[in-house]
Amino acid sequence: MATTAYEPLISAAWGKPNSWTLDEYRKRGGYKGLEKALELTPAQITDEVKKSNLRGRGGAGFPTGLKWSFVPKDSPKPKYLAVNGDESEPGTFKDRYILENDPHMMLEGIAIASYALGVHTCYVYLRGEFKFQAERTNAAIREAYAAGIFGKKMMGKDFQLDCYVVRGAGAYICGEETALLESLEGKKGWPRLKPPFPAVVGLFGCPTVVNNVETLASVPHVFTRGSGWYAGLGTDKSGGTRLVCLSGTVNRPGVYEVPLHATFSELIFDDKYGRGLPAGRKVKAVIPGGSSAPILSPDELDVAMEFEAVKVKQTMAGSGGVIVMDDTTCMVRSLWRVARFYAEESCGQCTPCREGTPWQTRILRKIEEGRGEPGDVQILSNVASSIAPYPPIGLGNTICALGDAAALPTHSFLMRFKDEFEAHIREHRCPFGDKPWGAFGDWS
Amino acid sequence: MLTTKPFGTYEAPAMAEPLFTPEEQKKFDAEIAEILSHYPADRKSAAMLPALRLLQELKGWLPPEGLKLVASRLGVTPERAYEVASFYVMYHLKKPGKYVVDVCTNLSCALWGAEKMLAYLEQKLGLKAGESNERFTLRETECLASCGTAPCLQINEDHHESLNKAKLDAIFEKLS
Repeated sequence: MATTAYEPLISAAWGKPNSWTLDEYRKRGGYKGLEKALELTPAQITDEVKKSNLRGRGGAGFPTGLKWSFVPKDSPKPKYLAVNGDESEPGTFKDRYILENDPHMMLEGIAIASYALGVHTCYVYLRGEFKFQAERTNAAIREAYAAGIFGKKMMGKDFQLDCYVVRGAGAYICGEETALLESLEGKKGWPRLKPPFPAVVGLFGCPTVVNNVETLASVPHVFTRGSGWYAGLGTDKSGGTRLVCLSGTVNRPGVYEVPLHATFSELIFDDKYGRGLPAGRKVKAVIPGGSSAPILSPDELDVAMEFEAVKVKQTMAGSGGVIVMDDTTCMVRSLWRVARFYAEESCGQCTPCREGTPWQTRILRKIEEGRGEPGDVQILSNVASSIAPYPPIGLGNTICALGDAAALPTHSFLMRFKDEFEAHIREHRCPFGDKPWGAFGDWS
Repeated sequence: MLTTKPFGTYEAPAMAEPLFTPEEQKKFDAEIAEILSHYPADRKSAAMLPALRLLQELKGWLPPEGLKLVASRLGVTPERAYEVASFYVMYHLKKPGKYVVDVCTNLSCALWGAEKMLAYLEQKLGLKAGESNERFTLRETECLASCGTAPCLQINEDHHESLNKAKLDAIFEKLS
């Protein structure tokens, strides 16, 4: 249980004037964490991160300190840090606010991580659509060079670190860590087989750590306030706070920083956060961690938004993308939108995903348009199972987890709303007519 | 004698005019040098994505001659440049309209009326999603990380969010 009183860490300065500049960041105590970390040995830094219980914020929730410790100490090859800012999972929009409002917090994390890992070159990979965010990050990097944080010496210490922003060009798959590395190497984003893991064979065949933007922005707090304090903010197995992204049919969507023991109900209904649904509407389903996460039903929302707790419900806290659908939302049309995304974004490398994702999309379109036939639901279920059976999560027949991501929504929608799919087929139409999108679906 | 080319080769058709104006050439050369300095000397090909982006910034799209040029500067075959260019949706292998309009229709945006917004835009621009004219290319795109400020779209990579009809009309009115 939490032993430290909650306070926002990552989002504390958002919305304040010039929060993205080095001056403002320093006024708030910025780069003090780096100063403290530089008094430790690299091994001690990694140990502190381990003790803090910081877990990756990109989706998988892997313990960050443990990931760092996989980098071989005695390798003669150069080591790299790749920052994953490819934020593309539908429902996820947190990293962009870090980059817009407080890029130095991430840069400080980069400096600490690089020193701990013996990294002298860091690439910040941002999705291609983040033009403004890339400009902000680049401006912050220039400030960090000018202030002697990056460059030949780090805060006067004999340690060189160069940091570059690389923009992707519109491919969800490049958020998968090995596809990201391929893309950084100037190739199309085809994921690699694991093992070997990037910590051993990563960018240019060299040991590489891939960390999410929010993960790195969390790192300085471990050192300014201490690993025990940071761990105390969270639950037994996850330290700190996290950003969650609330969207869909709620009165106040947005990014909120929450203690890890906060529940989905609090996020959706609390006055501090989502402020509930429009009058007269009830929750029908909630996507808990980006569109690939199996849905939760209204009676399952008293679960903490923390990796282990969500896992118990056979779904995942993932990237923190929480999407709410009200009781007048068509589940077939919603799933079709989700399926279409994965069909569009499948990289085409593995057959089950390349062929299965468009197949799912075609069947769903057919059912939604009232052309469904008896047996279609079974075929849909079979196709999803051929890409990745469920439960549990992680049985996919593909190289990377995009296959799982594409099949899980289908499985979970069918498990919970099979009747609605069958009603479409029986009535030869969508029961929601031309209003399939709930309370806010009308646009004007 | 072999008269047909082997399958899978990509040969850029010759262009009537030079690819770059002298100023463009200067900018390209300077920026390519800067980009290449970010990578190990024996990994020039890693610069493919930024190099293609640079080309597209200068020309508005990726003309075949340009792909050839990028490939030669990076020490790879034109096929490699084409392979990468055709994988990522933000690269234009055909000349698009002056304004590329990417409308998100993914779940969070759809729950805030993105389908209706797209229909309105199709009518307004006289184009179906996926079509182009001289002035506009209209596309449905996937999640743009604006789910809390839905619906959203990008025009030539400039981001617009929390859109209603009045706001959208005002944005399009400002386009030259």
